[in-house]
Amino acid sequence: MRRPGLLVLSLLWGLGAAGSGQTSPPQSAPKGAVERLELPPPPFSEGIYPCSNCHAGMPVNRTRRELTAMHTDIVLKHDEEHRWCLDCHDANNRDQLHLASGEPVSFEESYKLCGQCHGEKLRDWRAGVHGRRTGNWNGEKQYLLCVHCHSPHQPRFKAIAPKPAPRRPQHPGVSTEKVTHGN
Amino acid sequence: MATESKTPGGMTRRGFTAAAAGAATWVLTSCGPKRLYEVPKEPLKQRIAEMEREYKEKRGMDLHISDAGPMPGVHFAYALDLSRCIGCRRCVYACVEENNQSRDPQIHWIRVLSMDKEKGVDLVGADPYYQPDLVPEEGKFYMPVACQHCENSPCTKVCPTGATWAEKDGIVVIDYDWCIGCRCCMAACPYGARHFNWAEPAIPPDELNPNTHYLGNRPRMKGVVEKCTFCIQRVRQGRYPACVEVCPVGARKFGNILDPASEIRYIIEHKRVLVLKAELHTVPRFFYFYAT
Repeated sequence: MRRPGLLVLSLLWGLGAAGSGQTSPPQSAPKGAVERLELPPPPFSEGIYPCSNCHAGMPVNRTRRELTAMHTDIVLKHDEEHRWCLDCHDANNRDQLHLASGEPVSFEESYKLCGQCHGEKLRDWRAGVHGRRTGNWNGEKQYLLCVHCHSPHQPRFKAIAPKPAPRRPQHPGVSTEKVTHGN
Repeated sequence: MATESKTPGGMTRRGFTAAAAGAATWVLTSCGPKRLYEVPKEPLKQRIAEMEREYKEKRGMDLHISDAGPMPGVHFAYALDLSRCIGCRRCVYACVEENNQSRDPQIHWIRVLSMDKEKGVDLVGADPYYQPDLVPEEGKFYMPVACQHCENSPCTKVCPTGATWAEKDGIVVIDYDWCIGCRCCMAACPYGARHFNWAEPAIPPDELNPNTHYLGNRPRMKGVVEKCTFCIQRVRQGRYPACVEVCPVGARKFGNILDPASEIRYIIEHKRVLVLKAELHTVPRFFYFYAT
């Protein structure tokens, strides 16, 4: 964002515009507006949260190791040489994350954690340019958290199967497939 | 002019030609049905009601045809992130479903081109028929191409019946009732964005999108040209186009270029942006950019 708070303002304006039916663009954005993003809840695996359900009574083990008892499905491929679980997950309160500074961050605001390294992506995301948006171009838009698209443990997108290629040009009637003509 | 011959009435040849052309235009435009932009609201509503009734008789389905006009202060523009697109063609098929394109013969408003990263944007070597098991392929990038909604659109200039024009919000539209199927616009379009209904379009009844716009996705007939309308039936209600919402990598961006807080403006001001075939001075409202 060029100006902090613009996005929030545009969201608020969008809500207002939806109600009043106005369509003119906002003229100015007061500085220092508090960030308020409408975000869906984080995509936890079934039954995994709150983490403290299991971790509350467990001793903290900071050693880098292969997990065998639990979380065996998690393979860390995200700067794994320099990182381990507790660099992002908070050891003192398992139901939240923490920034590099130690400041706690909820799972709902995990984008702040991602933005520590990927600041330029965070900036684009706030502006609505990084990531998928649905909803209204001139009003309320649905944002997604980083982790809705990128697995935090393996953020790189996996290749997917493409939809079928278009058919090559053909003369109607000559094609082997049935050509349906109207009545 | 000395070289110009005089007609018996004392008129120059050039003057006569101009007068004759003017008279012919007057005759042509004052006869027959009015073009949409000349039609007063009330007759347009009647025409739409008639259309909806005709459709119900023919297919037994309720169809809603919107006549929503451009919003004041809005000029649409589109941006597509070439560094993100993975060529999965989700947009192509979302577009087909949203905009009631013929399934057979097949019409796709969006064509995704596969290109070599080494060569960069090279339309000559581009392949729209790629079909690997998985995308993106190593060493390839993808460029979806549809109507570029040019500010200086060659297609609208060549139309002999005035059936296609640019709306005030920048959407280049076609009035299918006025299209005579001469396909001059298809020849004029440098992007291959226009498609012709060579046969009666076939759409399975259960897949028909009943929310339509007069100038957009209402069912077409054999012998007319069609193309992307930025999902006019959605964007004039404030919604994003269908391709924007379906893109799994968020490569597609849409908004009002007159709004300084819009995504489009952010992209144009902060990213590396290009337009296709800029040298033709068509001034597309469709921008390609690299977010990274």
